[in-house]
Amino acid sequence: IDRLLIKGGRIINDDHSFYADIYLEDGLIKQIGENLIVPGGVKTIEANGRMVIPGGIDVNTYLQKPYQGMTAVDDFYQGTKAALAGGTTMIIDHVFPEPGSSLLTSFEKWHEAADTKSCCDYSLHVDITSWYDGIREELEILVQDKGVNSFQVYMAYKDLYQMSDSQLYEAFTFLKSLGAVILVHAENGDLIAQEQKRILEMGITGPEGHALSRPEELEAEAVFRAITIASRINCPVYITKVMSKSAADIIALARKKGPLVFGEPITASLGTDGTHYWSKNWAKAAAFVTSPPLSPDPTTPDHLNSLLACGDLQVTGSGHCPYSTAQKAIGKDNFTMIPEGVNGIEERMTVVWDKAVATGKMDESQFVAVTSTNAAKIFNLYPRKGRIAVGSDADVVIWDPDKVKTITAKSHKSAIEYNIFEGMECHGAPLVVISQGKIVFEDGNLHVNKGMGRFIPRKPFPEYLYQRIKIRNKVGGLQGVSRGMYDGPVYEIPATPKYATPAPSTKSSPAKNQPPPIRNLHQSNFSLSGAQIDDNNPRRTGHRIVAPPGGRSNITSLG
Amino acid sequence: TANRKLSPPLPSPRPRQKRGGMFCSVEDAFDNKTLDFASLGAPGPGTPGPAAPPAEPLAGCTQSDRLLIKGGKIVNDDQSFYADVYVEDGLIKQIGENLIVPGGVKTIDAYSQLVVPGGIDVHTRLRVPVLGMSSADGFYHGTRAALAGGTTMIIDHVCPDAGTSLLAAYEQWRGAADSQACCDYSLHIDIPRWHESLKEELEALVKDKGVNSFLVFMAYKDKLQCSDAQMYEIFCILRDLGAIAQVHAENGDIIDEEQKRLLELGVTGPEGHVLSRPEEVEAEAVYRAITIAKQANCPLYVTKIMSRGAADILAQAKRKGTVVYGEPITASLGADGSHYWSKNWAKAAAFVTSPPISPDPTTSDHLTSLLSCGDLQVAGSAHCTFTTAQKAVGKDNFTLIPEGTNGVEERMAIIWEKCVVSGKMDENDFVAVTSTNAAKIFNCYPRKGRVAVGADADLVLWNPKATKIISAKTHNLNVEYNIFEGTECHGVPTVVISQGKVVVEDGNLCVTQGSGRFIPRKTFPDFVYKRIKARNRLAEVHGVPRGLYDGPVHDVLASAKAVAPAPASRIAPCAGKAQAPPVRNLHQSGFSLSGSQADDHIARRTAQKIMAPPGGRSNITSLS
Repeated sequence: IDRLLIKGGRIINDDHSFYADIYLEDGLIKQIGENLIVPGGVKTIEANGRMVIPGGIDVNTYLQKPYQGMTAVDDFYQGTKAALAGGTTMIIDHVFPEPGSSLLTSFEKWHEAADTKSCCDYSLHVDITSWYDGIREELEILVQDKGVNSFQVYMAYKDLYQMSDSQLYEAFTFLKSLGAVILVHAENGDLIAQEQKRILEMGITGPEGHALSRPEELEAEAVFRAITIASRINCPVYITKVMSKSAADIIALARKKGPLVFGEPITASLGTDGTHYWSKNWAKAAAFVTSPPLSPDPTTPDHLNSLLACGDLQVTGSGHCPYSTAQKAIGKDNFTMIPEGVNGIEERMTVVWDKAVATGKMDESQFVAVTSTNAAKIFNLYPRKGRIAVGSDADVVIWDPDKVKTITAKSHKSAIEYNIFEGMECHGAPLVVISQGKIVFEDGNLHVNKGMGRFIPRKPFPEYLYQRIKIRNKVGGLQGVSRGMYDGPVYEIPATPKYATPAPSTKSSPAKNQPPPIRNLHQSNFSLSGAQIDDNNPRRTGHRIVAPPGGRSNITSLG
Repeated sequence: TANRKLSPPLPSPRPRQKRGGMFCSVEDAFDNKTLDFASLGAPGPGTPGPAAPPAEPLAGCTQSDRLLIKGGKIVNDDQSFYADVYVEDGLIKQIGENLIVPGGVKTIDAYSQLVVPGGIDVHTRLRVPVLGMSSADGFYHGTRAALAGGTTMIIDHVCPDAGTSLLAAYEQWRGAADSQACCDYSLHIDIPRWHESLKEELEALVKDKGVNSFLVFMAYKDKLQCSDAQMYEIFCILRDLGAIAQVHAENGDIIDEEQKRLLELGVTGPEGHVLSRPEEVEAEAVYRAITIAKQANCPLYVTKIMSRGAADILAQAKRKGTVVYGEPITASLGADGSHYWSKNWAKAAAFVTSPPISPDPTTSDHLTSLLSCGDLQVAGSAHCTFTTAQKAVGKDNFTLIPEGTNGVEERMAIIWEKCVVSGKMDENDFVAVTSTNAAKIFNCYPRKGRVAVGADADLVLWNPKATKIISAKTHNLNVEYNIFEGTECHGVPTVVISQGKVVVEDGNLCVTQGSGRFIPRKTFPDFVYKRIKARNRLAEVHGVPRGLYDGPVHDVLASAKAVAPAPASRIAPCAGKAQAPPVRNLHQSGFSLSGSQADDHIARRTAQKIMAPPGGRSNITSLS
C-alpha cells in the first residue's frame, strides 16, 4: 500500500509536539493537519492519541565487519530487520576496509551488499584503517561522488589501525577541508597493548582480561587527546561509543570550553554494565566483549543517560556487531582474540525510553532528538530524515509508551543465540513502524523485503557543524607581529655538531668538548629596562612606530 | 675528576675544606678544585664581560666555620619559633636559647628576620647543549646567582647529546659541576631516545651514582620525544627501581604540525613559539602522562607547569588519588607571556621557553593560588639562559630560538612577593614550596629542607621588610635581559649560608668556585613511595576461575590470516576474496542466557565452588 493516513496521533518532533493527522504517499509525508483531504481507498491507521515520532536513526552499526575471515552473524538483512522491529528506520553502517584494501573498493563492496540485503534506508561511514599514499584522492571521490561525509579514525589497535597523533592531525586537517564529519574510536592503543601483554603474562585469559586491559582512563585519555587535536585544527569531532563516565565527562567539559565535539553512547553503555565480564559463564562474559569495554562501574548507565538528557551527549548508536558464541570462542584461551561487538540495534529505542524517559530524565522531544533528529543534523540528512514534516521521508513510528516488553534472546530478531540485555524489562516500544511509506512492523509482525533499503547519500559541510567552523576560521586566523629585522649580533653555530643519527646502544661517550659559553662581546645596544606600555597587548596589528617606547631599539626598518 | 667517589649522605665523612676562600672572587679561573694562590690575582681567560658584576669587596667575606645566628625566627614548613642557631663544620649543631658555644664564633644578628632553610631549586639547566651552544650561565654563574637569591642547592638536568650514553653524560655533568658549582647540587637525568639497553644504565645510575629522578620528553618530535608505549615501559622500570618519573609534558606531534603551519603562514617571530604551543597541547600531555603513570603505578612529577589548563588537570588527578607532583617555575609564577608580541625582537625572544609562558595574564595568579593550597607542590626555575646573540640564531625562524629563561636568582623573591606578600600563603608554606617539599620528594630530607640539629647548614636570613627591584643591571647573570625586569619584591635574603659559610652578606657575594658538593640521593623516597608500595600490593588483579569453555568454536580459515598492512597498495588484493558466509551455530550450544544470574553482578568475586550454577545448565564441565 503506497498511501497511508495516520489519524489521531500526537506528533513529536525534537522541538514541539502537537495533535494532527498525517498523510503519506509515495514514501513521503504529503500532508500534516486536521481534516485532511485524501484520496479514497487509503489505508487508515488509528493512532488513538499515541505518539507519532520520526523513525530512529542508528548511527553506528557493523553489519559486515570482517574478523579473521568471518563476519558477524547479523548481516544487512538480519540486522536491518532487527532495526525495523525496534523502531529504527535508518542505519549508518561502517565500511571497514581490511588492511590492504582501498577505501573505494571496500565502499563498493559494502554498497553492493547493503543494496541487495538491506530492508531499511541506510548510509555509510567509511573507516580509515590505514593512512596510505593516494588515500586523499579516494577520500575526495567518496565525499564528492559517493555521498559519504563521515570517516572514522582509530586511536587504538596498535600496529593494525592505530594512527599516531601526527597522522590524526594530518587526517583531521584534510577531512575538514572536505567538509566531512570526523569520527574517532578513542582509546589509547599503546597502553592497551602493554596492558594486554601484562595481563596475559599474569595468566588471565578470560573475558575479564578484556576489561582489565582497557580501563576507562585509557578511553578518557584518548577522548581528551582527540579533542585537543581537533580544537587545534578547528574541526568538529565525533566520539563514537562513549562507554564510561570519565570519557563522557571529558566531552561534557570540553563542550563548555567551545570545541565542537559530539558524543555517542551506545545501547550497551546506556542499558547495561561491565560487571558481567566476571561472570562464571565464559560464553556470557564473552558476549559483552566490545571496545571500549562496558564499564564495570554499575553507575555508568545512569550517568550516561543523564548526560544524554541534558544535551552533553547528543546521539545514540548501537555499535551492533554481534558474533555467535562459537565465533567468540575463538578467543576462549586468549581474551585478545575474542571478536569484539555486542547487539543493540533492536533494543536501542526501547532502552533509551526505559532508562531516560520512563525515569523522567528526558521528555519525548529530547527522546526524538537523541534517537533521530540530532543524528540527521550532524550527518546532513535533515530534514529529509529525523523530522515529521511535509516533504520528509515517510519513516514514522507509532510509539506506545505503556507497552512493557522483556528483552530476551528467544524473541529477538537478531540471529545470535544470546542477548546482552537478557531479561531486562523495558517500558515503551514501537507499535507500528513505517519505512518509506510502507508498514513494515505491526502487531509484532515484520513485513519486509530484502533489498528494499535505499542508499541515502549525504552531502559534505553539514550546516549544523560547519556554520560555526566557518566563522571560527575567519575570526581565528593567526597573525604574526610586524616588527623590524633583528640586526644585533648573532651567535655563530659551529657547523659540526649536527644531530647525529640516534645510536642508542653506543655506550662509550665520544667525550665531545663543549665550547665554552660565548660571551656577547659586541655589546648589544638595545635595552630592556623600563616597561614598554604597549607590549602587553597581544596580537595587535601593525602600527608604524616612529619612536618606539622603551628606549632605543635595534629596529632599523619596519617592514 | 670524573671518577671521584660519591660522598654518601649525612653525615658527610669528607666535608670539603675550603680554606683561604677569602680570596675567592675570581671567576672561571680554575678547572680543578685545587686552589692555586698564585693565580688568584688575575682574572682567567674567558672571564665574562658585560654582565659581570663589580668585583666583590673582599671585606664582606667571612669564611668562619663557626657561626651563631642570634635572635631570628626559625621557620620550618610545619612551625616557626624564636631560637638561636649554632653552626659548625657545615652542620647545624645546636638550636635553642642561651646556647653554649666556643669563643671566637662569628655572630650574626638576625633580629626581626626569618631564618629559613636554604632554597632548593629543583630544575636548572646550566649546561644544556643546544645546537652546539652552551647556555650562558654555566655551573659557576648559575649557582652563584642561585646563592645570591637564597637558593643553596640546585638539581640540574643532565641532557645527553645524541650518541652519548646516559652514564657518560652523567660523568660529563659531574665533572663540570664539581669544578664549577658554588653550592651543593644533585642531578636529574633526561632520557632522550629510549632504547631497551638503557635499562642497565638506569640501574647503574640509580644504584651506584646517586640519581633517583629521570625526565622523559613528550615533545620535540623526532629528537627527544617518547611514544606512549615507551613511556609506559620507562615508568614501569623506574617504579621498580624506586625512582621518580619526570615528564616534559607537551604534545610534540601537534606542535610539530603547528610549527609547520605557522611557518607556512609566514609567522617567523617569537609569537610563533607561543602560537604553535597553545595551552591545550600542554594540558593534553599532562593528562596523558598522568594516565600512563597511573597505569604503571609510578609516581609522576610534571616539570614546568606553565598554564592554567595543565595545573587544573594535575589538581584534578590528585583529587582522584594519583601520586603526581607539579612544578611551576619562576617564569610561570612571575612573568607575563604577552611579551611574545613585543615589537622588540630581542625582548620577545628572551621569553621563549617550552612550554611557553601563557599569554593569559591571569595565569600566574592561578598558579600561585594552586601552589598555596598544595595542589602544586614545588617551585623550580628551569633556569637556562642564552644571550641575545645566541637567541638570535632563530631570528628568522622561531623554532630555532634556543629555549630557556632565567629564574634561579629570582625564584625565592618572586614566590615571596606573589604568594606571601599577597596573603596566599604563610611563611611556613613558603618554606615548603621553596625547599622542604623538594627535599622530601627527591629524598634529601631532612639533610636539606629543614632547620634542625644535624641538618646541613644551608640557611637563609630572610628580611620580609626589605625591598628590591629586579633588573638586568643588578642581577648576577650572564645575560643582557631579565624577564622579570622591573618587578618589585618585598622580601630579600640578607644573609645566605651555604655549607656553614656565609656566602651572601649585605648584598656582597662571596663564593668559592667548585665548593659545591654532589648530593647523592637514595631511591624509594618515603614521601612518594609509601603509597606506591601499598598500591602495588593492592593492585594485583585476579582472573575469574571458571571452567573450560567446551562449546563449539568457529573454525578460522587459515588463509584468511590478516595480511600484512601494505599501505601503498591501491588495488585491493583481497577484493575477490569470498567472505565466509555468516556461520550459524548449527550445534545448538547447550548453555542458556535467559534468566538473570543473581550473582553475576558482583564484580571480581573470589573463587567459590559452584555446584549448581544459577541460570540453568551451563557448559562448564570442570571447575579447576
